[in-house]
Amino acid sequence: MSETGILTGSHFMNGDHACAEGAIAAGCRLFGGYPITPSTEVAERLARRLPQVGGVFIQMEDEMASIAAVLGASAAGSRAMTATSGPGFSLMMENLGLAIMMELPCLIVNIQRGSPSTGLPTLPGQSDIMQARWGSHGDYRLAAYSPWSPQEIFDLTIHGFNVADRYRIPVLLMADEVVGHMVERVVIPEAAEIPFWDRKRANGKAGETFHPFEPGEDLVPPFAHAGEGYRVHFTGLTHDTRGYPDMSAEMHQQLVRRLVDKVERNSAKLEMSDDYEVEDANILVLSYGSTARSARRAVREARELGIKAGALRLISIWPFPEQAFNALADQMDAFIVAEVNLGQMITEVERRVRTSKPVSGVHHAGGAMLPPGPILEEIKRVAGHA
Amino acid sequence: MQVFARIPVNLERFQIPRGIVYLILERCKGCNLCVELCPQQILEVSPETNEKGYHYPQLKAQSDRHCVNCEFCAMVCPEFAIYTVEEPQ
Amino acid sequence: MRDVVFAEAHPLDRIIRSDRMPHIWCPGCGIGIAMRCYAHAILNSEIEEQNQVVVSGIGCSGRVAGYMNIDSYHTTHGRAIPFAVGLKLSNPALNVTVFSGDGDLAAIGGNHLIHGARRNLDLTVICTNNFNYGMTGGQSGPTTPYNARTTTSPYGSPELPFNLVDLLAAAGANFVSRWTVLHVRQVIDDILYAFGKPGFSFIEILSPCPVGFGKSNNFETGIEEMRLYRERCEMGEHMPLSELGIDLRAERPIYIGRFIDRNAPPFKPVHLGPAA
Repeated sequence: MSETGILTGSHFMNGDHACAEGAIAAGCRLFGGYPITPSTEVAERLARRLPQVGGVFIQMEDEMASIAAVLGASAAGSRAMTATSGPGFSLMMENLGLAIMMELPCLIVNIQRGSPSTGLPTLPGQSDIMQARWGSHGDYRLAAYSPWSPQEIFDLTIHGFNVADRYRIPVLLMADEVVGHMVERVVIPEAAEIPFWDRKRANGKAGETFHPFEPGEDLVPPFAHAGEGYRVHFTGLTHDTRGYPDMSAEMHQQLVRRLVDKVERNSAKLEMSDDYEVEDANILVLSYGSTARSARRAVREARELGIKAGALRLISIWPFPEQAFNALADQMDAFIVAEVNLGQMITEVERRVRTSKPVSGVHHAGGAMLPPGPILEEIKRVAGHA
Repeated sequence: MQVFARIPVNLERFQIPRGIVYLILERCKGCNLCVELCPQQILEVSPETNEKGYHYPQLKAQSDRHCVNCEFCAMVCPEFAIYTVEEPQ
Repeated sequence: MRDVVFAEAHPLDRIIRSDRMPHIWCPGCGIGIAMRCYAHAILNSEIEEQNQVVVSGIGCSGRVAGYMNIDSYHTTHGRAIPFAVGLKLSNPALNVTVFSGDGDLAAIGGNHLIHGARRNLDLTVICTNNFNYGMTGGQSGPTTPYNARTTTSPYGSPELPFNLVDLLAAAGANFVSRWTVLHVRQVIDDILYAFGKPGFSFIEILSPCPVGFGKSNNFETGIEEMRLYRERCEMGEHMPLSELGIDLRAERPIYIGRFIDRNAPPFKPVHLGPAA
């Protein structure tokens, strides 16, 4: 193992472990977490691996403490993350807002399970999608990615840290239990090939009049870490460019507008998706995470029946992959959204398609991976196929 | 009880420090803690007020020379408003 | 006749954000005094100011972070301690102080308070205890004395309060002391001592809250509560910890002093390999 701790080579590991290795590869040096099925293996792996690379693992007393510790570490300069599932994800919502307001980059991994409430701890679900978008109070934007394989959760963990550091936002990985617990090949590249986008740092002289929240062109303020002598003030209160609390409506509009624009203006760079058999498709099946495997199978089977179906896999669920969708939408006669919940991402498609074309869903409340069958049935129904 | 205190023989060798009392007028909120807790009891509440209408401390007429620069007023002032500096002998 | 000399600046202005003075705390509130002790300790500590960090939660005392001219973080309600844990673990060279209030630390933040003490990470926690939630206008809190009146206990609080010293001692803190904002020299000494002490240090500082608490519990002003401290406080280092609870009703003394000073090993995360 190289001293950077990166396990270059080909491995056979589950998604949780692949996520942990992605964190190590990305330079994550603090994990603050709390055990919760089905994400616990991320913590277990990092409890073993972080001390090997000079990193810090700490199991906190609850999920609120976990995310708080991650934010504290981020403020002091570390790449830091936590991993949880539905119930813990809910407990982290308030400090997710603090991460937004203090612009503290961090990675929050949600290995989703059957929800709501205690639900199905050991079984999959994809029903925290809207919580990922609107869970904390107030207007904000962030990035959330949904992997469909151990390899991809490894890659997206690295990408997530890069996006978080570049835009100073919390990034969410919205996996599900299937991806977290399935074991597949994971190829880990050389350390040199791991992309690393560093944080835009405050490089003025310490003590100079430095405004820690003066945004650059890209609306991202340079980051001054604790201990660098800038005497910064970070607060969850609405604040001005000095970080000083400012309770005026004008400042609030200016600050919150920037925090939203910071992500929206760059959403093209944040969007990620891939497609399958879309060239001549007239029915588009949209899905994400493990469901996308069944969607691809259903499209292939529909093709065998002569139906021109295609699949768009949303890798970024927030922001919605606007460009990819717009490029395909016109040629389509109908849209089908397949997801393991009772209709969440479908509303995003409906919002864009409005009434011009039919949008239908293949939904299930959770507890099992969505099989190809029901998706194929829906494709056939929509295609008016006998 | 009869007091058995006596004058120390080397009393004159000890210089009792003198303090000058400073006040940042607009920070004072008239809580009077300095007036109440000054061990020498040399402060009193001024009839005048600052911009916000708070009565600030002033030295009592007859004891303007009795500040010994113990800094207690500065230490119990919640507003960072009052402090003392030793007067060079 | 010489009088008070009007000045523009204060000797401590360098360590506080003087451009944000006057601060928001009410006349007679003791938080400013406690903050001044903290500022004084920072200036008299050998620790480089660049490594001094303060973390506050929500509430009147939560505003301390905003007034300290060092790296300062004003976090969410109750979560100052875990945020401080993250800061400290990420950069152990930092001297991290959590400065917050009784409600923030012992009610919503109670779980983090006891686990922080149990874990015994190297942190200094300063808790200004003014017996109520002052910021929101004087509600009862985890340390509101039995039968005391607040806006949410108009008939007298029916709950027994925490004895924070006993609580922190039981939870495992290496250093626990309690003073009032009248005992400024002891507070400064203890903050400096806590800076140098490995492990979790907890300093409870009783502080008047005339507007939120005092007014409805017959000590209208900061001065009256300070007089109460002067009359009722007694050194209690000899007392059993269970006796240190505060009861403003009876003529029982308010015990102050240094109660716990031990050297359990502070939390050190495991490190095997070379630092990456």
